[in-house]
Amino acid sequence: MQTLTTRSKVASNKKMTFVEKLYLPAIMGGMALTLKHFFKKKVTIQYPEQKREFAPVFRGQHVLKRDENGAERCTACGLCAVACPAEAITMTAAERKPGEEALYREEKYASVYEINMLRCIFCGLCEEACPKEAIFLTDRMVDTDYVRKNFIYGKDKLVDPLNNPIDVSKRETRETREFKTHPEFTHNKLNTKSLK
Amino acid sequence: MVKVTIDGIEIEVPEGTTILNAARMIGGKVVPPAMCYYSKLKTTGGYCRTCLVKVAAGSAKDPRPMPKLVVSCSTTVQDGMVVLSSTSPEVTEARRGVVEFLLINHPLDCPICDQAGECKLQDLGYEHGLAKTRYEFPRRTFEKEDIGDKIKLHMTRCILCYRCVKVGQQLTPERVHGVMNRGDVAEISTFVQKNIDNEFSGNMIDVCPVGALTDKTFRFKSRVWYTKPMDAHRDCKKCCGKVAIWMKGEEVLRVTARKDENNEAIDFICNECRFDKKKASDWVIEHPTHIDHHSVISANHYEHEEQLKLGKFTDHKMIDKADPNKYLPKKKSKTK
Repeated sequence: MQTLTTRSKVASNKKMTFVEKLYLPAIMGGMALTLKHFFKKKVTIQYPEQKREFAPVFRGQHVLKRDENGAERCTACGLCAVACPAEAITMTAAERKPGEEALYREEKYASVYEINMLRCIFCGLCEEACPKEAIFLTDRMVDTDYVRKNFIYGKDKLVDPLNNPIDVSKRETRETREFKTHPEFTHNKLNTKSLK
Repeated sequence: MVKVTIDGIEIEVPEGTTILNAARMIGGKVVPPAMCYYSKLKTTGGYCRTCLVKVAAGSAKDPRPMPKLVVSCSTTVQDGMVVLSSTSPEVTEARRGVVEFLLINHPLDCPICDQAGECKLQDLGYEHGLAKTRYEFPRRTFEKEDIGDKIKLHMTRCILCYRCVKVGQQLTPERVHGVMNRGDVAEISTFVQKNIDNEFSGNMIDVCPVGALTDKTFRFKSRVWYTKPMDAHRDCKKCCGKVAIWMKGEEVLRVTARKDENNEAIDFICNECRFDKKKASDWVIEHPTHIDHHSVISANHYEHEEQLKLGKFTDHKMIDKADPNKYLPKKKSKTK
């Protein structure tokens, strides 16, 4: 049979020699190996004082982005919830009233938007499904808590803070960027028309 | 009876049948899509041009092909006719062009639209892979018009199929809405801002192939794929009372007519059933509605085994040709 690793040794019951019976050389060898590690670079860091840089593809806590004018992009289309394999997302839609145009970008918006962070597996499918570029996974960790109900994040925790927007530019894939800017896509034409 | 071959499948149909109806008798992939033709309404069809087919041989007597693609909804079959529907690349290309034209002025606000998930234009666009547009001019816009407290009109989404106008003409005693203006600025509107409150006016929501006419009582309540369609009935004096109710938990969010495999209403229902009976206790629930497994609505949708085995929708295929008036409410009330 082929061995799984090249480092495996076949155990044998052959009699040990005198030097081997002393054990001292083996102990010294072990101590030397341990001692060598004192002088090596440490692999641990002092979290939370020190923080390690995340990979650009890291998927952490979600954010519901606003558009350039500060209006919420989410229109409660429900595609994130239908894409979610863990069924962590629920939402309730409402109609935008006259005068709320600055708050919500389109005629429909999510009056309730909840993600159960205990259910969420941070796969990022919601982000991929979103047709409005509203939901993104960020490089933030979900905070710990003692109570289960506190893990159901509502809009108060998910919507991008107005004064301190979260940078998600790293999360944009090439496809997303093309989707946003390619002139042959209808929605890009609409945007340029309405801005003019 | 005349013999006609569609995509290599031979079928005998009564004389005077249109190619589209002959294809529907065969069923499956052969059936051309239809956005404006509605078998239960008279004089529909001929507007949208999505049902184009190629006639490879006109008839047994004169086997020359027809020079151009023809609209299958208003071309009648002849003995020995050979039709190519989805197997012809020419037809697929033509339909693709037609869908591109239909989408020229369509706002593509599917994330907002209540019709999303059961929209025929969405299916067509998806089928033909039309994510991009070559059109560079601003889309047409309309002044928002309130056509009543039960029906919401989104004129920008309209593809001018005229189905709702035919509903107004043929189902309701007096028509109060129609198509105003001409050409590019043509729009569905009510005559002199009159509200639509006829008994059967709600059926125009069901016949609308896009989200131009939607149910105000269901507006933004939920997405269709989160609701569970159930066949249900109640004792109704005005209509047959056989409907599909769309439930979320114990709530009835929406009531629609039952649809056959061509997405046409099997029986038209009255406004009382559609808009006012929104309690589960109002209805006798029969079983889950049959949903095609390709549809997004079929997610988490379970059906009885017997229902799937029966293929219960096949028996509706002949109905429209046998007696097109059967579904008009006038006759319904006579029989009751």
